Amino acid sequence: MSGPGHATYLGMPAFPKAADTSTRDTQLRANLRHATHTIRAKRATAVAELDDWGKLRAAGAAIKDRTLRHLDHYLEQLERSVTAAGGQVHWAADADEANRIVTELVRATGEREVVKVKSMATQEIGLNHALAAAGITAYETDLAELIVQLGDDLPSHILVPAIHRNRAEIRDIFAAKMARWGRPAPDNLTDAPADLAEAARLHLREKFLNAKVGVSGANFMVAETGTLVVVESEGNGRMCLTLPETLISVVGIEKVVPTFQDLEVFLQLLPRSSTAERMNPYTSTWTGTTDDDGPRTFHLVLLDNGRTDTLADTVGRQALRCIRCSACLNVCPVYERAGGHAYGSAYPGPIGAILTPQLRGTQSELDASLPYASSLCGACYEVCPVAIDIPEVLVHLRERVVEGGPVSVRGTRTVIKPAKGHAAERAAMRAARWALDHPGVLRTGQRLASRTRRFHPRRLPGPGRAWSDTRELPTVPAESFRDWWQRTRATNDRSTP
Amino acid sequence: MSSRDLVMARVRRALADVPRAETPSEVAVERTYLRRHGDRTPAETADLLAENLADYRAVVHRTHTAALPALIARLLTARNATTVVVPPGLPADWLSATDIRRIPDTADLTPHDLDAVSSVVTGCAVAIAETGTVVLDASPDQGRRRITLVPDHHICVIRVPAQVVDSVPEALERLDPARPQTWISGPSATSDIELDRVEGVHGPRTLEVVLVTED
Amino acid sequence: MRVGLFITCVNDTLYPRTGQAVVTLLERLGVEVGFPTEQSCCGQPQFNTGYRHETEPLVRRYATAFRDYDYIVAPSGSCAAMVRDNYPRIGAKAAAEGRGQELSEAAAAVVPRTYELTEFLTDVLKVTDVGAYYPHTVTYHPTCHGLRMLHLGDRPRALLDAVRGLDLVELPGAEECCGFGGTFAVKNAAVSAAMGADKARNITATGAEAVCTVDNSCQMHIGGTLARQGSTVRPVHIAEILASTEGHVW
Repeated sequence: MSGPGHATYLGMPAFPKAADTSTRDTQLRANLRHATHTIRAKRATAVAELDDWGKLRAAGAAIKDRTLRHLDHYLEQLERSVTAAGGQVHWAADADEANRIVTELVRATGEREVVKVKSMATQEIGLNHALAAAGITAYETDLAELIVQLGDDLPSHILVPAIHRNRAEIRDIFAAKMARWGRPAPDNLTDAPADLAEAARLHLREKFLNAKVGVSGANFMVAETGTLVVVESEGNGRMCLTLPETLISVVGIEKVVPTFQDLEVFLQLLPRSSTAERMNPYTSTWTGTTDDDGPRTFHLVLLDNGRTDTLADTVGRQALRCIRCSACLNVCPVYERAGGHAYGSAYPGPIGAILTPQLRGTQSELDASLPYASSLCGACYEVCPVAIDIPEVLVHLRERVVEGGPVSVRGTRTVIKPAKGHAAERAAMRAARWALDHPGVLRTGQRLASRTRRFHPRRLPGPGRAWSDTRELPTVPAESFRDWWQRTRATNDRSTP
Repeated sequence: MSSRDLVMARVRRALADVPRAETPSEVAVERTYLRRHGDRTPAETADLLAENLADYRAVVHRTHTAALPALIARLLTARNATTVVVPPGLPADWLSATDIRRIPDTADLTPHDLDAVSSVVTGCAVAIAETGTVVLDASPDQGRRRITLVPDHHICVIRVPAQVVDSVPEALERLDPARPQTWISGPSATSDIELDRVEGVHGPRTLEVVLVTED
Repeated sequence: MRVGLFITCVNDTLYPRTGQAVVTLLERLGVEVGFPTEQSCCGQPQFNTGYRHETEPLVRRYATAFRDYDYIVAPSGSCAAMVRDNYPRIGAKAAAEGRGQELSEAAAAVVPRTYELTEFLTDVLKVTDVGAYYPHTVTYHPTCHGLRMLHLGDRPRALLDAVRGLDLVELPGAEECCGFGGTFAVKNAAVSAAMGADKARNITATGAEAVCTVDNSCQMHIGGTLARQGSTVRPVHIAEILASTEGHVW
């Protein structure tokens, strides 16, 4: 049995370079356009059903802020309540440690296979690779994750990791690859979504019925009661959470909410923002272990992996409110055209552009390019159910890239230098600022441009080509506004020297 | 230093901007959102529940207490069910009109055993009209979580109006977090193919909900 | 009422006609317009690229230039949004860096007085019919910062609806970004161009003669893309439409 796919985000190029390729992939563009536009209108309708959406959104943001500002308190409370309910709590400072803990826990059961619920945290830490290295096979059971795993591919969306695949491509992947992993696809499989869903049902059924170890994440953890919550659609989550004897949940420390009643806000915000449903088909909650019902052993692995560094930034902290609904991806014009892989992380789209450079830092060329992967159009902020001001954080992180400054790295406060490759830009920005701060210089420049305007090329050389390859340049007028004003009005205006 | 202490120390360092004297409750959370969306009579609430359940492809039936056993019998027959899983505390009369073979929900029932069963009949803990949701909390009339998951046909009985609330906040007030819960809104579904919803993946592909009005 | 025109650096240098239209329009409505020549740029290109510290002198310059005006009017949603949303942030960050309240105070002094043109017309002057005449078919693209930061809403459309002779046609996907985004247009040229191409195609498909916005920076990108696609649709700033009359169509 070959292990999980060896596809990896490591060593991927900077966003503009990856996007330069992906924007020319017409099939990808068509798939993403179709999927994101389908969900956009539905989300708007689902949200419009609730008169109090704005108040729910504000409450969601406030509950998360309360939690984040007192995360130490809530984590300790969570640990106590999970333990009291029969669960075992583990702490992982980084991805390696989390992978080590999970691998050891699986080994201790004597099993070599696990079934997995779709989980962003385990994607983030590369758990499947780590398990494979230890000889343990992880079976992804979410339909889209299954498509990605069978296709030896990478997720490109938070909610629908295989959004870059259309139904015909999915059919081909199932027909070609299912046999390698277990029960083959039915003969004459069509590309009708219902048939594809049926094929996945048949393929995974044996795995669920025989599973001894389940691995999950969680959408929420309730500090007060120790309750974990998984929100899903297909029932694969229920299978993994209830049939195995051992359940291991890997959850980011920011997923904690104070009280059980606080779920009343998030269980309204999440489904409508995510799948545009009044409620998703299945939500499971569990509190420790229950006699004769569900796993006998429950492990909770609490993951830091850069979250405390994110928490340390008072502007960037709001990214930790994220409930992984993916509404921001679905409305993002940049995501729609570049595709999720260009973001080089388990977290693509606008939220990825602010989360990844905080979790991983801005030192790599890719991570330093992510805050710039936005036109700052603000559509993401508008739909975010917990009001994360993504444009604000993007600009804040751009500053970190070009100016450096104080940050937290693995829990230690330090001052980082600007990222490499911005020297020319910095000089240009400084020069522009100087000219703009000396209107006389600005005017001289404008006059020079006007006088030479007949000689301006239609296409620019060097870096200017980035503009003029696809767009005409504006023609420079014969006279700037300030010269026109000076010539026609100046004598009447006291504010003109 | 243990990883726990390491992470907790990082959290505390990261929160250096938070005044030491500040308590969690001092971070304002305005709960001005609605407890329910709209004012309805109990009958209207039940109608909305039925409408929203049907909207997400649950099959909805309405009856009254005396007619419930006959309806359940009819639904099982229509399905050609040969076996039905029975939670330990299911009211005895619910299955009084059918002689279909009953499989008690016992601890030795394996997932494979359940996979061979045709149907399951349960009660519920609460139902939410605004979202078309039934919530199971593994009480004796609902049984263990797995019995409503593996069989492909689930008949869920809701007592109207006693078990119906309007909204998510009202449902949470009634639920005990210590009990394992399953919130069900229609049969299993997926949006994973082109972000368009199709019903029927791993959970029961047929969800029949019976709204029973108490005589 | 003394109104200071914040022309913006893009209009000053590349689109003086827009500025002339604003002056014509406001004076026709009885407003005394001033133009403090010590103004320059709001600093948005620097700020949005990450050069906050390079922006600070421009915040001070703006505050000083417009010190004596009751209202500051900019024919740009983006530049007005820069002042209103980001100047206070720049002030707060400077204070957090231990450099006192000076920038915060400068920001606080200009934020409440700064208006985008269509806001000023509808909210301050309380007019929607400005007496304009523009005998053309026009489609309207709501630019992002006007739409989502200033929340201009129906204001520009209400003004256009009142223009005699103007036939307003719906733009499909109107609220999607055109792909300009300042330095985004060159830093992520491929995505920017792809967004622009889609926007331009949607505009051409409306059959309109002109596409109207409240932002010439976006228009520079949209117009440049339309021209490269061989489209005959003209980009036009809303001020030029509102300034037009039977006697003089801009």
